[in-house]
Formats: sequence, structure tokens, C-alpha cells
Amino acid sequence: MINFMLNGLDVAVEKGTTLLEAARFYGIEIPTLCHNEGLSPYGACRLCLVEIGEPGKSRLVTSCTYPAQEGLQVRTHSERVVKTRKVIIELYLATCPSSKTIQDLASRYHVTRVRFRRKHDDCILCGLCIRYCNEQMQGKAIGFVNRGVERRITTPFNRKFEECRLCGGCIYICPACQARCQGPQEGSGVCNACLNLSPPCLDHFGDAMCYMDPCVACEQGRKG
Amino acid sequence: MVALQTCLQSLPELLNLQQELKRKQEQRKNYLAVCGDTGCTAWGSKHIKDVFQQCLEQKGLNHTTGLKFTGCLGLCESGPVVIVFPQGIFYQKVRESDIEEIVEKTLLQGEIIDRLLYQDPVSGEKIIYAGEIPFYRKQERVLLADNWSIDPSSIEDYLALDGYGALGRVLHSMSSAQVIKEIKDSRLRGRGGAGFPAGLKWQECNEMVSAQKYIICNADEGDPGAFMDRSLLEGNPHSVLEGLIIGGFAVGAAEGIIYIRAEYPTAVQKIRLAIGQAEALGLLGENILGSSFNFRIGVSVGAGAFVCGETSALVASVQGRVGEPRQKPPHLAERGYNNRPTVINNVETLANVPHIINRGAETYRLTGTKKSGGTKIFSLVGKVNNTGLVEVPLGMPLREIIFAIGGGIKGGKAFKAVQTGGPSGGCLPASMLDLPTDFDELSAAGSMMGSGGMIVMDEETCMVDLARYFLKFLNDESCGRCFTCREGLSRMLEMVEAITKGQSSMVEFELLKELAAVVKDSTMCGLGQTAANPVLSTIRYFEEEYRAHIEEGRCPAGVCRDLISFNINAELCNGCGACRRKCPAEAIEGESKTPHLIRTELCTKCGICLETCRYHAVNKL
Repeated sequence: MINFMLNGLDVAVEKGTTLLEAARFYGIEIPTLCHNEGLSPYGACRLCLVEIGEPGKSRLVTSCTYPAQEGLQVRTHSERVVKTRKVIIELYLATCPSSKTIQDLASRYHVTRVRFRRKHDDCILCGLCIRYCNEQMQGKAIGFVNRGVERRITTPFNRKFEECRLCGGCIYICPACQARCQGPQEGSGVCNACLNLSPPCLDHFGDAMCYMDPCVACEQGRKG
Repeated sequence: MVALQTCLQSLPELLNLQQELKRKQEQRKNYLAVCGDTGCTAWGSKHIKDVFQQCLEQKGLNHTTGLKFTGCLGLCESGPVVIVFPQGIFYQKVRESDIEEIVEKTLLQGEIIDRLLYQDPVSGEKIIYAGEIPFYRKQERVLLADNWSIDPSSIEDYLALDGYGALGRVLHSMSSAQVIKEIKDSRLRGRGGAGFPAGLKWQECNEMVSAQKYIICNADEGDPGAFMDRSLLEGNPHSVLEGLIIGGFAVGAAEGIIYIRAEYPTAVQKIRLAIGQAEALGLLGENILGSSFNFRIGVSVGAGAFVCGETSALVASVQGRVGEPRQKPPHLAERGYNNRPTVINNVETLANVPHIINRGAETYRLTGTKKSGGTKIFSLVGKVNNTGLVEVPLGMPLREIIFAIGGGIKGGKAFKAVQTGGPSGGCLPASMLDLPTDFDELSAAGSMMGSGGMIVMDEETCMVDLARYFLKFLNDESCGRCFTCREGLSRMLEMVEAITKGQSSMVEFELLKELAAVVKDSTMCGLGQTAANPVLSTIRYFEEEYRAHIEEGRCPAGVCRDLISFNINAELCNGCGACRRKCPAEAIEGESKTPHLIRTELCTKCGICLETCRYHAVNKL
């Protein structure tokens, strides 16, 4: 067993446990977007940051990838963590405001304003869909292309391939496009965004996903 | 030459060969060193070398006089550089037409050709000997010292300078623990940027239990304006190889990899040649010098991503995957190349290793500061009189590097800032000039040592524009994997661009500071963690310049195009029409011999009129 300090408490976990798993086991909530228990950790959404080390010499690390170490001091809700997390959520809101998952995060973590210029990206590039496809379906049908701001997710050479078995798992697991909500609109008072939802996959996959009936994206939206 | 065909089986054989080659070199004391580095090559030094060759052959001197096409000789500003040995007469800006004269007068009669001499920009004095030029005299050249006498394509030149002697000593009289202790005692810190103690890094990897370990030489030097590693690889490749082999022995690796960027084709070619030569001599391969140590070196050529200088991205790239960093831990000493313990050292770090072994840690660490020993190569570029590679003891104050070695600011302008540490380093103002150049001191001042880029800026540089430039570079080079780097940098760039256009506000300026701090604190790899430095350090030292852009809509340095305008002073303008003829936008009108006028709606603010006017009638506002 590994003994360490979690928010001032002495805790013990099995060797190989990540800080995120440990915190969740002890009932401490840490938000994530790119994490899923069934998939390998990725460390890209930066929401699960926690502070480790002695005050003054501490640093922020992603709890989803950091293994619990003997004697480590971990703070999941220090001022530094909370402030940083709020700015990150604000940045997510400015980038992908139509994701219900992100809007919910904003409410939960008291992010009440967006000071950055607003964009409407479909994808936050968390890579969950790619890992789902690779690790759970052994499909390897999608992956990242380009780098930096040009980075996006697509099939090899942007073409339809038989590797994609149209399982729809990528859409199921997506935190950005699975359920869209823009809140009550000024005129009507209802959101209804789901009614007009066109699956974002259409942009990249041509007509590939239309073979799925009913479309998983739309189904998810209706449920929401 | 006979000896070079055979494979060296033992240490005495190596020492014999060294002696033999040394004797041969001594018989040929007269030689010409023509700089073959990129700067001088761009000036046509390859052709100069060929013409020298012909000239020597014509005069029948080719048996008595050597001709070496060397690596960087240092003073890139005055290329092509030719040094005549044994006297060490330094000729700069040598043209084809000068060659015959150099051979006739200097080589044969020992006469000095005055017009080819270097003129000191400070005193105006002409200097004959290379060693007396202040640019060289004030340096302490250890790693670069041999560049003057080594033809990088010849292993003989390196062996004649006792090359591979350190390797021989290590293999025959030291254990890996002793080598590591020696490196630790020398206080050698990694020269790639982070400054991690090299001995400690080797120890961590040495202590890992694994059937296979690797050592990688990081030659993915991507900082704009930095070329230290390239010069070492192109100028003295065997010193890097020797360091790498010793490193392999110390950590217990049987395989080394040199990861080198594709943009350095000459370095790739030279290092491949050097590996071939070392293999032929048995300095690489099985049972090196009769010991039980086996070591091979492979070359892996990068595909042009700045982020691949980050160690985990580098490993991914070597393995043929996309060059993207991964979250650490596990560290590379635990899980690196092929999931095996791997140690990655910078080119310059490895080039230091043979010197430490040869001179001993005690002597080595006499140079440098208390915490970091040795010298550091900086590529001194920008608005200084002497640009080029300078090697100085760690801890030398910035002022000395820029003014004593660099010869001060070009055109007698005022010093404004120096940017150290490459794109993710910081800018330090004149008040920090006495800061010693050391890892910890530079970090504390908000900049960093980085790999050794040093860009000097004069009063005509706009710090906001500078921050924008580096941010743009980093934004383009971000791999995009982690959200705060990808999105954070592009938002920061947007905000800084708005400032340069005068479209920002103090509220947004505060937000920029807040975001920069979050990006610095929350990204995955070194690229993102340091990417905010150019912005944060310019804000720290030049906040008033940001305020002038935001609050007054004014660019004090007169750089940001949206915030400047040009007009013509009617009292000074005599209507010569020079500006009107040169203006590419046809924005200047006026009758001949009457004051002209700039039509601001057409003006593209290129500044050509300002440069053209001989009567100082054009003003930049």
C-alpha cells in the first residue's frame, strides 16, 4: 500500500493507483473531460489538475496520470487549483459553448462569465473517441491529423474505411457533441437545439454515419 | 594511412596511432583554415576553398601546405573567414580575387594583407592575429577550441589532438560508477535547456534494472537564431560521438541514437561520416578497444517539429510515431525508447564529457559557477556588432558577453533588451545586464538559459511586437495535444495581436496576464510551460510599453504598423521626388520642387520614404 496525504488526510491506496482514482475513491470530486475509466489516461483536458508537493515548492500535475507516491502531499482544491481550473473551464466555454457537458461543468464550478472571444468549435480534441475506437473496439478507424490549432480528428486520408464498423461508440463517448444545449432562447423560451442537430461527424465522414439508423448523435440529443 | 585501415584492438594501439598522427600533423604546420559553416558557406566559402586548392596545386604547395574546410570559426559576421596557420593570421570577407594574393604574399612571404584584416568596431584598430581579436580573446573556448584545427570529415585530425583518449581511459581504467561520479563532481548541467545535472541523470538510468538501455543525443535544435549544436556536430562531430560512447558505458546502454533535425543536412552527413570512420577503427562496435564494452550508434532524422526537442516527443518520433509529448511520469529513465530506460542528453552536454574525463572534474569545475561547471556556448545574434558563436564560462555577466565580446550595439544605438533561452525564454532589460548567465539566476529573473540563444535588441525593437513574434512561433509549433497549450496560446496570440493593433483594453490586458499564468502552470510539457515567458517577461520589464499601446494607441519603438503613421515636414522637404518615385504604394504626391504629401489612406507604412529621404523631411509618428 502507498500512504500519502490527500487534502491533509492520511490515506492509503494500492500501488499503481492514480491520484484521480485515489481522490474519487475517497469521495473527492475532481472534474475531467478526457478521462474514462475504461480507457487509458491521456492528460489532455487539464481539468483534473491537482497541486502536489510542499507549499512553496509545489506544482500542478494531472491527477489522471500521476501515480500515488509514498509521502506525497496532494491538494485537490487549493486556491491555485481552483483558480486555474476556473480559467480552464472558462476557456472551454468560450471554445465550445454548445456542449451541455461543458455548460454543466461551468455551473458546478461557479464559472459565471466568459471573458474570452467566443468560438463555436464542435470538438475539444479530448481524444476519447480515438481511444475508444482503438482500445475498446480495436478499430483504429479514426485518429488525429495536423498539429496545434489545425489539429482535428478524422479517418485516414479523410475517407470512409471499412475499419469503421459504424458502432457509434465515438459519438456515444464524446463530451462535446453528444448533447447540445444552448439554454432557453430569447424568443421561444426553450432551447430545442437538439431538434435541429446535425451530427458533426457528417462534416468529416461524408455520408458514412448516415447508415446508422437512428443516428446516435440525434438519439443522445433527444434524451438530453 | 596504413594504421587507419586496421581495427584498434587495445588502448596502446590507440595511443600509438595518436602519436603517429600527431607527428604527421607537426610536419605540416602550415595550413589554411577556411570556415565551412553555414554562414561562411552562404558567403561562398566552399568555392573559396576550391580555388585555394587549385591555387596551391598550381604553385606546387599542396604537399607542404594543408587546407582544412573547418566547422564554425566563430565570427559569422565577417564571412568567409580564412585563418592562416601556424601564425593564426585572421582574414575576413575573403573573395575569390584575394586568394592568389593570400597565397603569394602571406603564405610564401609572410606578409600581411591589410585590407582583409578585421577591424575592431570599438577601437577602430586593425587586428592581425585571430587570438587577439577581442571577440575571441575574451572567450574561453574549450568545446569550440579545436574547430580551428579540425577538418570535421577527418578522424585523423581529431585523433591527432588526443581524440578518443578519454574513451580509452574510461574503458580501461574506470568503472561506470567512477565515470558517473566524475561527471557529478564536475557539476556539469544539461545544456539543452532545463539544466538538470547530467551525472544525476546518468545515475538514475544506471540504477534501473533492464536488459536493454538506450542513450540518445538530442540534436533537435529548433530555437530561432540558435546554432550551437549544429556547429559542434558540423565542426567537431567526433567529440560528440566520444561523449555519447562514454555516456553509453556509464549508463549501461549498448545502443546510442543521435536524433537530429532534417533541417541540418550537413550535420547529418558529417555525423554519419564520423560514425562510419569510428566503426572502421573499432571505436564503435563489439569489444571496443579490446574491452568487453559493445556500443553502436544510429542516426534518426527528425521531420521538422520544434516540439520533438522535448524528450518524450523525441522518443515518440524516434519510434516512428507522431512527435507528441506524453504526460510524465513515468520518466524516460524508467520508460523511454522501446519502453526501456533511456537517457537523453543534449549535443553540447555530451561534447563536454571527454573534456571532463581528460582534465578531471576538479579542474573542469574551476570554470563556471558554484552550482554549474564549465563553459557554455551562446549564439550571439541580433543587433550586436559581432554576431556568432561565443563560448564563455558559466556565470559571465550578460554585459560582458554583449559589450566586451559582442562589441556593443550596432550603429551606436542604445541597448534595449536581450532575449535569452530561445523562443520560450524571456527578455531582460538594461537593468539586468549585470546578471550572471547561469541556470538559476536567469530563471529567477523570469527568463531561462535554454539551449543558449541570445538575441540582442536595440531601441528600435517593440517589445509587444517581439512577444507577438515568439508567441506566433510557439503557437505554430504547439502539438495541440493539451487544451491549455493549444487553446491558451492561440488566445494569447489573439490578445497580443490586438494590442499591437491598438484594439485592446486594460481589462483584456489583465485577462492576458491571468491566462499567461494559467498556461504556464497547467500545460503538459516544457513547450507550453515556458511558452508564456516571452509575454510574462516583457510585461514584467516593459509594462509601460504595453500601456502605451493600449491606453495611448502609440508604439514607442515605432514598429507596430497600425499605430504609426508617416508624414512629410513641408519646411524640410525640397520636393526632390525621391520618396515619390520609391513609394511602392504610390501614396506620395507633389509637384517637383514643392513640398510633397503622403496620402495616409494609401500608405502601407513600409518606411521606404523615411529611408530614402536625405533631408530628414519624413517623420514617423
